[in-house]
Amino acid sequence: MITKRIIPCLDVRDGRVVKGVNFTGLRDVSSPVELAKHYSECGADELVFYDITASSDGRKIFTDILTETASKVFIPLTVGGGINTVEDFDRVLKCGADKVSVNSGAIKNPSLISEAAKLYGDQCVVISVDVKRVDGVFRVFAKGGRENTGIEAISWIKNCVDNGAGEVVVNSMDTDGVKGGFDLELLKKVCDTVSVPVIASGGAGKIEDFITLFKEIPNVDAGLAASVFHFGEIQIKDLKEEMAKANIPVRR
Amino acid sequence: MIAIADYGVGNLFSLKSSFSAIGADAVVTNDISEIEKADRIILPGVGAFGDASKKLFESGLGDALINEAKKGKPIMGICLGMQLLFDKSYEYGEYKGLGLIHGNIRPIADVIPKNLKIPHIGWNSLSFKKESPVNKYINDGDFVYFVHSFYAADCDEYTVATAEYGAPLTATVQNKNVFGCQFHPEKSGETGLKILRAFTETEGF
Repeated sequence: MITKRIIPCLDVRDGRVVKGVNFTGLRDVSSPVELAKHYSECGADELVFYDITASSDGRKIFTDILTETASKVFIPLTVGGGINTVEDFDRVLKCGADKVSVNSGAIKNPSLISEAAKLYGDQCVVISVDVKRVDGVFRVFAKGGRENTGIEAISWIKNCVDNGAGEVVVNSMDTDGVKGGFDLELLKKVCDTVSVPVIASGGAGKIEDFITLFKEIPNVDAGLAASVFHFGEIQIKDLKEEMAKANIPVRR
Repeated sequence: MIAIADYGVGNLFSLKSSFSAIGADAVVTNDISEIEKADRIILPGVGAFGDASKKLFESGLGDALINEAKKGKPIMGICLGMQLLFDKSYEYGEYKGLGLIHGNIRPIADVIPKNLKIPHIGWNSLSFKKESPVNKYINDGDFVYFVHSFYAADCDEYTVATAEYGAPLTATVQNKNVFGCQFHPEKSGETGLKILRAFTETEGF
């Protein structure tokens, strides 16, 4: 039986994981390679590496880190951050990424998704969308959530999938950081609209939030989170145990 | 030495890394003489069947693989590489495969309920159907990672394991020395590495 996926997201700047990390027993808690290995051993189903480096030097360090991780961690790796061209796809795929997540790059260059899907296959192209309610309408935000593009989110997501995006990461800015649960209203709308896998992001604060997500919206395929995993507030092993108890199919 | 056949389809970095992780000597190569010299061959692949099949036969690699398989050399196809081992694919047309395992590649959509998503993507459990040396270190019910929209049909005789996705989809196949995994062992954590290790130990065909 196909299982629901649990995906930790690692923000990497200049070769280090940013956002506080307080794992005990790790030699180097801000090393992306160490953390990736740790999560893989704890039962993470997939990992997302998000490159938040601004400089080209930092980008080189990022690809080195990615290469090292991919040679030691044998679960699917998705890379996002700074993906604006098919050359960016090529750069990270060569380092061992399996999927590439596009956000602002697809807003700036609407043909990026179809070009990349043609070259690398739909399964390789992930559209990641930052969504916020503005006057009651879901809008797409760009540049790490700083800029309202004015684009209506649901039709944008549908358009991206029609162009070849094989997966959608929906990050709700309204619930992100609040730790009060995922944005079920938004996620349900997206799931009713597209037929590709949907990954929920933004709002997880406790194990019950994941249970509610998968129970309320059976079509959601995965839950993604960062700080709750990094801070050890949720242990992936405990999370999966509770999901199994709630009869949610999970890999253990 | 294991030869990972490089015919311009897909990224072979993870595959090579996973053999390093289990201490097996593997080389990524498009050199037919090197592939002929290798003890074992991995046939990888992602993308469309028609395009890959064309590349395989045009490069001469297709015929080389058929010859090596006849000699009894262990060969493992992975994902699209597994599909290429079969007689024929109906992926957006009709294309010839290597014919090393009898059966056809057909759309998943033909057999699964309409409400299930395509591709079949994510971690699914293996259900053993038959004994095989590649299952030596793993258990019935272990999870592996799938990404595919087409599946091997009409091949019950060769099916070693299936995965349930609204229908039992062919997951692992074997015809004597020729093996295939629809899933990605190089992305299936410890279970995947165990399958690759078992393959490197197969012998006596």
